[in-house]
Amino acid sequence: MTNNNFQKYETAWCPGCGNFSILDCLKTALEELEKDPYEVLMVAGIGQAAKTPQYISANSFCGLHGRSLPAAVAAKIANEKLTVIVNTGDGDSYGEGGNHFIHNIRRNVDITHFVHDNQIYGLTKGQASPTSGEGQVTEVQTTGNINTPLNPVLMAIAAGAGFVARAFSGDREHLVRIMKQAILHKGYAIVDILQPCISFNKVNTFTYYKNRVYHIEDDYDPTNKIMAIERAMEFDDKIPIGVIYQEEKQTYHEKNKVLCEGEPLLDRKIDMNVIKKFISELK
Amino acid sequence: MYNILIGGAAGQGIDTAVGILEKLLKKSGYFVYTTRDFMSRVRGGHNFSVIRFGDEIITSHIDHFDGIIALNGETIILHKDKLNENGFILCDNKILTDEPKAIKLDMDKMAQELGNIRVAGSIAIGAVLKLFGENLDHVEEVMKSSVKQPYLEINIEAINLGFGSVDERFKHIDGNFSNWIMLSGSKSLALGAIAAGLKFYSAYPMSPSTTIMEYLASKSVDAQLVVEQAEDEIAAINMAIGASFAGARAMTGTSGGGFCLKVEALGLAGIAEIPLVVVDVQRPGPATGLPTRTEQSDLKFVISAAQGEFPRMVIALRNHKDAFYQTIRAFSIAEKYQIPVIILSDQYLGDSTASVEPFDLESITMDEPKVSEEDYANYLRYRFTEDGISPRLIPGKTKNFVAADSDEHDERGWITESAKMRVDMMDKRMKKLIKLEEELLEPDFIGGESCEVLIVGWGSTYGPIAEAIRVLNQKEEGKYGALVFGDIYPLPKKLLEKMASSAKKVINVEQNATGQLAGLIREETGIQCSHSILKYDGRQISGEEIVKELLGGDMND
Repeated sequence: MTNNNFQKYETAWCPGCGNFSILDCLKTALEELEKDPYEVLMVAGIGQAAKTPQYISANSFCGLHGRSLPAAVAAKIANEKLTVIVNTGDGDSYGEGGNHFIHNIRRNVDITHFVHDNQIYGLTKGQASPTSGEGQVTEVQTTGNINTPLNPVLMAIAAGAGFVARAFSGDREHLVRIMKQAILHKGYAIVDILQPCISFNKVNTFTYYKNRVYHIEDDYDPTNKIMAIERAMEFDDKIPIGVIYQEEKQTYHEKNKVLCEGEPLLDRKIDMNVIKKFISELK
Repeated sequence: MYNILIGGAAGQGIDTAVGILEKLLKKSGYFVYTTRDFMSRVRGGHNFSVIRFGDEIITSHIDHFDGIIALNGETIILHKDKLNENGFILCDNKILTDEPKAIKLDMDKMAQELGNIRVAGSIAIGAVLKLFGENLDHVEEVMKSSVKQPYLEINIEAINLGFGSVDERFKHIDGNFSNWIMLSGSKSLALGAIAAGLKFYSAYPMSPSTTIMEYLASKSVDAQLVVEQAEDEIAAINMAIGASFAGARAMTGTSGGGFCLKVEALGLAGIAEIPLVVVDVQRPGPATGLPTRTEQSDLKFVISAAQGEFPRMVIALRNHKDAFYQTIRAFSIAEKYQIPVIILSDQYLGDSTASVEPFDLESITMDEPKVSEEDYANYLRYRFTEDGISPRLIPGKTKNFVAADSDEHDERGWITESAKMRVDMMDKRMKKLIKLEEELLEPDFIGGESCEVLIVGWGSTYGPIAEAIRVLNQKEEGKYGALVFGDIYPLPKKLLEKMASSAKKVINVEQNATGQLAGLIREETGIQCSHSILKYDGRQISGEEIVKELLGGDMND
C-alpha cells in the first residue's frame, strides 16, 4: 500500500478547522489498516463534518441531515464486505439524528461512527448544538444556552454500545490509534472527537481542549462499565481521551437468522421454487 | 351467490373463524371474497367480516346477507335489517333476542361439554357449513393448517357437533375455484415483492400496512431477505435507500401518516437516483384519522410529496391480482429508471381476501442495471445519456468509486453549485420521464365501447365499479363504461382522451372528499368531470351503492 491511496482534495473548510486533522488521521488509519479504497463506503449526513466523504477516495453516500446512520447500517446489511464509516457532526448525530443514534447502538451493526464534535452548529453559522455548554451565547441563544449539554459518551455507554471512545483532533497520533481500534472493533463503534470550530465557537477553542484532555492510563480497564461511566462523566477541567468502554457483543449480522451465514445479502438469488411453495400454501 | 356476516367484539375470535370458514368454502369450489371492518381497539367494540362466495368471480362486497353469525347481541341489532328474506341469524342461546330468524344454539355449553369453551367458534363453523349445504370433506385438512396440534381433534369434533345441530337452508353451488389461491391484498403485494427479488424491507408498524411487514418477516429466512423494524418512519426509508444504494433491492411500507415522515427521503432517492419502492396503504386522514378504515385521499399528496422536482411513478393497486403483478413491475421500473416508485393500496384492498388465479411466475421479467465496457473504463455515476438513465454500479463490486449525494452534483456525483451543471443535471433526471411515459399502462376499460356515461376511478374502487357497470349494462346494454387507473402518475392519457371525447358524461367515483383523480385529469388533459360520486366515511363504496348513485338524481338525466 502506498500512502496516497485515499488521496487529497481541495476542501471547503475554514483554515485552522479541526476537520483537517480528522480527515488526515482517517486516511492514515485506513492506509495503516491496508483497507482497499474500493471496499470502503464513507457515509455522512449534512454539515461541515459531513463533507468528509467528498475529500477522500472511496465510495460515498452523502444523504440527509441526521440520517447517516440508517443509510450506513442498511448498506452494511446489504453488503457486509464493505467497510462502512460514518463521519458527521454533533448536530447531525445527536440533534436531528438523535433517535437513530440510540437505536443503532441497540442494533450493533458493524460500522464505525466518527462524530466531529465541535459543540456548535458550523454550517448554519453558530447556533447551539446538543453538546454546547450551558450559558454559551450565540446568535440564537442570545441570553446564553439554557439547555443541559448532552454527554454522548455517557449516553452511548448507557444505551449499550460495545465501543465508546473520546478523542481530540489536536492529538493526531492518538486519534489515528483510536480510529484504527474503532474500525477494527466488531460491531457499532463510536468515537466522539472533540474539535475546535475556529469561526463560531469562541469558548471551546483549540487551547480549551488542549489544556483539558489527558490520555487514559495504560492500566485502565475499559471493560468495567461502572468505571467507564465515571470516566464518561469527567467532562470539565479534565477530559479523558481514549477508549472509555469496550465490550465484545454479538453483532447484528451474527444475531440475524438470515445474515448469520451465507453470502453477502446482495449476492443471494431468488429461488423460484421457494416462491412456488409460498403460493401453494395459499391454495 | 351467498353473503354472510360474522360479527362480534374485538377479541372474540372473529378473524380465526373467518379464516377457517373462507378456506373451507374455497376448497369446496367457491370464489371467495372477504372484506374486513374493524375498530382501532384490541378488545370490545364492534368488528365484523363479510364473506361473499359463489360460482363466479366476485369483485365487490354487498350490504345484505343470507346469514349473520352473531357472537354478541350488538351484531344482531346493527345488521338484522340487512338480512335477506330467507336469511338466518346464528347465535348462542344466551344472547337475548326475539328475532324470528334467529337460530339459537347452546354453543358455549356444547363447547364446555367437549372440554374447552374456546371451541364454540368451531361449532358455529360446523353449523354454517350445514346451513349452506356443504359437506365435511375438507375440515381435517383445513383445521390442520389453522389450529395447533393439541387443539386439532377437539376443534374437528366441535365442527361435527355444530354440523349435526342444524338443517340445510341453502343449496351448495358447484364452483371451479378450488385450485385458485386465496390471499389478502397486502399479502399479494408482499409476495410480489419477494418474487421481484426483494432483499431488504424496513418499516415502522402502522395500520393498515403492518400485514406486509408481518408476512415478509414470516418468510424472511426461506426467502433470504432481511426485514428490519425501524425506530421510526424516517429511519425506515433512509435504511431502504442505503440498502438499495449498496445493491440490495429494497422497499419500505407505511400508511399516510408514516409517508408524511418519509417525504424528505423520497427526494433523496430522486436526486441521488436510487431505485426505491415505497408502499402507502391508505387510511382516512388527516393526522391519525380513522386508523383501521379505508380511503383514497393520498393521491395528490404522493404525486407531489417532497420539495423540489424529480421524476417518480405512482401505481394504484386495483385488486388482489394487481397487487402481485404491479408490485413486481414497480421494482422493475424503479431499477430501470433509478427512481422512487410509490405503490398506493388502501385498507379495503390490503385487508380483504379474494380468490386469485395462481400467479404465473414464468411471466415475470425484471429490468436489471445495464453497464457497458465503456462505462467501466471511465466511470461516471451520473453520466449524461440520451434517455437520462446513467450507468449504475454497486459500491465494492468493481474498481470504480460509486458516489451518491443529496446535494446537486456533477456526473461523478461530486457536489457542485454550477448554474449550468444544475440545469443539465435537472434535465437529465426529468428526461427519464419521456421514456417512462412510453411504457405506461392505460387504464382498464370495463363496459360498452361506445358508452354514453363514462365512469373514471382508480385503485381499489375497481371491483365495485366493475360490478356496478355489469349490473347497469344488464339494464341498458352498452350505456355505461368505466376506466379504472392503475398507473396513475404520470397519468396515461390516450385511452381517457379517446373515450371521454365520445361520452356524454364523465363521472368520477372516488373514495375521498375532493375528487383528487378528477383534479389530476383536469390538470393533465383539460377534461372536466360533470359529476362526482365521492365517499369518505371510511367505508368502501359497493357496486350497489354506485348503481344507486348513478340511477338517482341529476346523474341520470
